[in-house]
Amino acid sequence: MDGIITCISGSTVTVAISGAKMCDMVLVGHAGLIGEVVRLEEEKAIVQVYENTLGLGIGEPVAGTGKQLTVSLGPGLVSNMYDGLQRPLERVRAAVGPFIRTCRDIPPLDTGAEWNFEPDRKAGDEVKAGDVIGRIREGAFVHLVTAPCAGRLEQVQSGACTLAEPVARYTDGSGVFAQQEWPVRRPRPFRRKLPPVLPLVTGQRVIDFLFPLVRGGTAIFPGGFGTGKTILEQTIAKFADADLVVYVGCGERGNEMAELLEEFRSLRDQRSSASLLARTIVVVNTSNMPVAAREASIYTAVTMAEYYRDMGLHVLLLADSISRWGEALREISSSLEEMPGEEGYPTYLSSRLAAFFERAGTVETLGGAIGSLTMILSVSPPGGDFSEPVTQACLRTTGVFLMLDTTLAHSRHYPAINWSQSYSLYAAGVTGHFIAHVSPAWGEMQQRCRELLQREATLREVAEIVGAEGLQDADRLLMMTTERIRSEFLRQNAYSDDAFSSPEQTAARMGAILGSHDRAEAGLKQGLSLDEALEGGRDAS
Amino acid sequence: MRLCEHRYRTVSSVGGPLMFVEGVFSVRMGEMVRIIYPDGTAVAGEVLKISGRTVLIQVFGETAGIDLGAKVIFSDTVRRAPLARSMVGRVFNGSFEPIDGLPPFIPEQWGEVNGLPINPTARACPEEFIETGFTAIDTLNTLVKGQKLPIFSCAGLPSREVAAGILRNARLAGGGEFVVVFVALGLTHHDYSFYMDTLQEMGTGFVAFVNRADEPVVERLLAPRFGLTCAEYLAFVCAMDMLVVVTDITNYCDALREVSTAREELPGRRGYPGYMYSDLASLYERAGRIQGSAGSVTMLPVVTMPEDDITHPIPDLTGYITEGQIVLSRELHQRGVFPPIDVLPSLSRLMQHGIGAGHTREDHRRIADALYRHYAKGRYARGLEAVVGREGMMESDRVMLDFSDAFEAEVIGQGTARREIGASLDAGMALLRRFSLEAT
Repeated sequence: MDGIITCISGSTVTVAISGAKMCDMVLVGHAGLIGEVVRLEEEKAIVQVYENTLGLGIGEPVAGTGKQLTVSLGPGLVSNMYDGLQRPLERVRAAVGPFIRTCRDIPPLDTGAEWNFEPDRKAGDEVKAGDVIGRIREGAFVHLVTAPCAGRLEQVQSGACTLAEPVARYTDGSGVFAQQEWPVRRPRPFRRKLPPVLPLVTGQRVIDFLFPLVRGGTAIFPGGFGTGKTILEQTIAKFADADLVVYVGCGERGNEMAELLEEFRSLRDQRSSASLLARTIVVVNTSNMPVAAREASIYTAVTMAEYYRDMGLHVLLLADSISRWGEALREISSSLEEMPGEEGYPTYLSSRLAAFFERAGTVETLGGAIGSLTMILSVSPPGGDFSEPVTQACLRTTGVFLMLDTTLAHSRHYPAINWSQSYSLYAAGVTGHFIAHVSPAWGEMQQRCRELLQREATLREVAEIVGAEGLQDADRLLMMTTERIRSEFLRQNAYSDDAFSSPEQTAARMGAILGSHDRAEAGLKQGLSLDEALEGGRDAS
Repeated sequence: MRLCEHRYRTVSSVGGPLMFVEGVFSVRMGEMVRIIYPDGTAVAGEVLKISGRTVLIQVFGETAGIDLGAKVIFSDTVRRAPLARSMVGRVFNGSFEPIDGLPPFIPEQWGEVNGLPINPTARACPEEFIETGFTAIDTLNTLVKGQKLPIFSCAGLPSREVAAGILRNARLAGGGEFVVVFVALGLTHHDYSFYMDTLQEMGTGFVAFVNRADEPVVERLLAPRFGLTCAEYLAFVCAMDMLVVVTDITNYCDALREVSTAREELPGRRGYPGYMYSDLASLYERAGRIQGSAGSVTMLPVVTMPEDDITHPIPDLTGYITEGQIVLSRELHQRGVFPPIDVLPSLSRLMQHGIGAGHTREDHRRIADALYRHYAKGRYARGLEAVVGREGMMESDRVMLDFSDAFEAEVIGQGTARREIGASLDAGMALLRRFSLEAT
């Protein structure tokens, strides 16, 4: 299945070819650029090239690979930084220097590294497809090696092995490898999906307390530039209560990714005290890397995340930002001359997004374990206007909406999450968990906190007309309390010891604020002046 | 490699800066061509799109005088930039031809004009403080080496003077100096000569790429790429610290829109092409530092916001790519504050790494935070004052009003004089003390 290039327009290449299949991966030109068949016509295929097409010539050959765009899964994934096509950037750098050039034959997983294979089966055993043949331990992760098809094992290795050599052989001579490949656009199978009920603790008070997340849930936070999306993503990546974090830098800044790597290398995971990088996989396609690979990057990432979910782990996928993915989709669509929908985005934007979000969830894996995949995505709406298509398409499918507010960000209130507009559809479900495990007053305090903030909004409007001097003492007390809630509770400095707040600390802090408010309020009722009442509230606390 | 030169006389149509050539064999994407007009003038062009035997070419120059019989010569190479140390001190046009009356330099190396993305694992974190001499930047929105920090201006505001002030005063923490790459895009002669005077006064090295308002629009797309290729070479091969000033990005984006429309591409917001984000990123992302390399590329683009609108696609997309922004305010300018930097919407994302003990001063973060917090309150109080009047406000709000007035007049409004970082921090500290607002 080989062809030749007949047309080139940007990263879209038309190839005279026969026998190509949709979504097949092809190697384009003498340089062997990676491309994907996106449309088939009689005797020709339209190929989306994932790399820079500069210098590509008419008449150059195109070779089929007979497989779809896949990722390699196996030991050695964690701590790595990959690009959108799962090329290991560290090793690419070692091979071609600090600037990314096209380079072939660098496998995503280090095939030279030695692992210890512990067999479960022995030579002579009959196995079915999917049966576990053995396992490889990598720190906290246990990679299961499963049979790709039914047959009788002729030989099974034990002990030291590499990914290049089979760890077992069938009687027909075919091998079983410790790494597997999986097409990125196909969700990995599981037994069944379970309703998400357990909270995912992020350590951010405003999220855990007011807009909680669940394991297996989805959340988005849209915000204009400078509202702290990236810092929030990275803070959650550092502290969230997950076994593995897959961080996708999708069309964002290179300096940020360098910073993330450096920081994660030096920081310790709170729970295991290993380096944070030991539980992190980074997928990065910065804004100046090819656009088509940016489109693929979130699929590459989610497939790796599913692989770990299938080990029965709780995986968190963070993507910054999904808008850049949407824009990549738009660029590809417009280069294919498809009919545009809203604001030039293709009409399949929302269905593709919804299908992507559906890959999150808590599942019972094929092996019977319980694993979850949670997604937190940032959205960068143009002009900070949330009525745009990507934000709207996300809103229809996600469970938590955390609105980042430019006004809050300008007054350096971070995380700049707007408490009156954000919501969590999981709040009702997980409040019970917090009541049972953290504080019996959790639900009640949450309710009161919301009420206070709501009443404050009304009072502010009044104060803007009559002046703060014109307010009654009880109202002024309320405004002082909400000021405390804002500055001591909702606000959280990502660069201090306060960057992580456990649910217990969160509950205690809210309890203290509400407690002194109650005491001062009681004082007012006894006829004390506001200052005296405040003093009384402070004394007791 | 072709064994003979490929020449065609098969131009089938010309429109704007674009032309179609028919019946072309074995051409490649981005291939450079030379077009010979009937009167003998030669201009450069580049292959944009190939559809079978038909090739779309972008012409870098005037298409006036061209006819369908023009000769098109294909070069079999993609565009590369000649690079050498001797570029420093020279002035070029948007096509990298010297316009300072001196002969062309001898290249030591050829570089990719569009640049290659820096491998994120090879980047070094920007963390070295750059002193610009302006308190509003140094204290509150600190610039660091390898950062890209745009100046968002409005028509009629002194963005020129702010940029020139930074050029004149920028110093590295270690005392080193910058070599400046100055890229002028669609500048009027008036602006151009202002900047050239500044550069000449500075006495440090500079390389200038100049495309004036009446020069070919398509060159505006090339000039910043040449400038950055040159900066990357001087930084990462010759180990120099480069400061790249591009003014004005708005003209760049308008040129991009003009070419995109000529190509009959689908227009996005306000007619700008949908790929403008990626295109701008291909410029801005070239700033940075590389591990194991002594040089750096710091970028200071100037964006004039059309209609003073920060949500306009040009400042909006810029803000999403760059590491912060310095926003100039018409209100402050009208009150005579110079530099008229509105610190509330301004931001430096990399500030965190470049301040504190070992960089500036241990109390930097505390002072900056306190100034921000109180100034934000004061600005809110100003809104209140407009409605309820000063009398109806609480005493604490009235203090904030006075504080923010004094902050604008004394801390921000320093005039053209240069302030060292220590003096900047002391000015902020003194103000906080005067209003008994401790820096916590």
